[in-house]
Amino acid sequence: MADEDDLILSDLDDGELVSQMHDDLYDGLKEEIEESVNILLERGWTPYRILTEALVSGMKVVGDDFRDGILFVPEVLLAANAMKGGMAILKPLLVETGAPKMGKMVIGTVKGDIHDIGKNLVSMMMEGAGFEVVDLGINNAVEKYLDALKAEDADILGMSALLTTTMPYMKVVIDTMKEQGIRDDYIVLVGGAPLNEEFGRAIGADAYCRDAAVAVETAKQFIARKHNQLAAG
Amino acid sequence: MTGLPDDATLTTDGLAPTGRGKVLLIACGALAREILALIRLNGWTHMDVTCLPAILHNTPDAIPDAVSEAIARHGGSYDAVKVVYADCGTGGRLQAVCDAAGAEMIEGPHCYSFFEGNAVFAARAEDEFRAFYLTDFLARQFDAFVWRPLGLDRHPDLRDSYFGHYEKLVYQAQTDDAALDARARDCAARLGLAYERRFTGYGDLATALEGWAAR
Repeated sequence: MADEDDLILSDLDDGELVSQMHDDLYDGLKEEIEESVNILLERGWTPYRILTEALVSGMKVVGDDFRDGILFVPEVLLAANAMKGGMAILKPLLVETGAPKMGKMVIGTVKGDIHDIGKNLVSMMMEGAGFEVVDLGINNAVEKYLDALKAEDADILGMSALLTTTMPYMKVVIDTMKEQGIRDDYIVLVGGAPLNEEFGRAIGADAYCRDAAVAVETAKQFIARKHNQLAAG
Repeated sequence: MTGLPDDATLTTDGLAPTGRGKVLLIACGALAREILALIRLNGWTHMDVTCLPAILHNTPDAIPDAVSEAIARHGGSYDAVKVVYADCGTGGRLQAVCDAAGAEMIEGPHCYSFFEGNAVFAARAEDEFRAFYLTDFLARQFDAFVWRPLGLDRHPDLRDSYFGHYEKLVYQAQTDDAALDARARDCAARLGLAYERRFTGYGDLATALEGWAAR
């Protein structure tokens, strides 16, 4: 039974509702996010506008506060689950309404590693930014990455690792790409808690991304650069 | 001889050195009990121990600076300093700190590996990457190191987000302790994982300390 003080989301104007959605994302309130997404759709908002202005910008705050040590992994996971609820409503509609397409990414956790929380966040934020994401899941051998890159005609390879014992496998993948003469056909982004920029450079990745927001921005920059090169060429 | 604080103190505060002895061991608080047992068993009276808060286990980025600071603070009072950490998720940064200070450290990626024996652990790694490990200390401090930091006390529904890809919990037993066995089994049940107890004793920790003690 609703409390008298319960907030009626549909009573809020658009600006208030989006602001409330940012708060609800921050608090990991999945049902409220789903309800608000539906309200905005009923009000004629395009799915892409809801995605960017309500969900992605809300998750950006969550990501920033995680980076700054204000939020911790459980809170980020709850926020991600809430955003996932909203995206599940929007995704089919985005396909129908033709949202901008940024590029295609194949992403996966490396062989011997089963950790996927960070990778899943990157996948979700990349999708939110208009990238098509093919998520290979966990424990991926080099062949699986390379087959998917080719089959999907991808632009970007994303590799994730949480363990210092598994992160060297990223170099195995990149070295194999070099051997096959396909390294420069793809943008290679790497991430994971024990990695850093120096490691990314040492293994021959294009960039190390310290969090999901950085991954999105980095991917956008590299894609823009690629387009510029193609235009100039 | 250094007295042993309780596990909660080792988790948050660590252990201060006594100031006696020629060799200082700078260790993770999660290893205090085992190191002190080895010192007692072997009569290594020339060894002193200080421990950093064990909870640094959850923030490996902070370990190299904490060790560096401990070396700077205490090292001058001893003939030699040894660091009783493995890489512990520092990605080589702890090794660099130890190299710069001329201090040896334990070989291997982490305590799960050196308790089992680095060679054995590495040989098993390919078949066992879906295992979640607990040591004696972590079995006793499961709530402080796993349950609460992952928010499972507040949001038990997140369990499968963290552990959905794991298959079993391996309790690496340093000692024969039926109560700890039962506790570790309960931890496995709480995480929804199969349970295996594996007696390791002190593994390569004992070997490393024996080598240092003999010099």
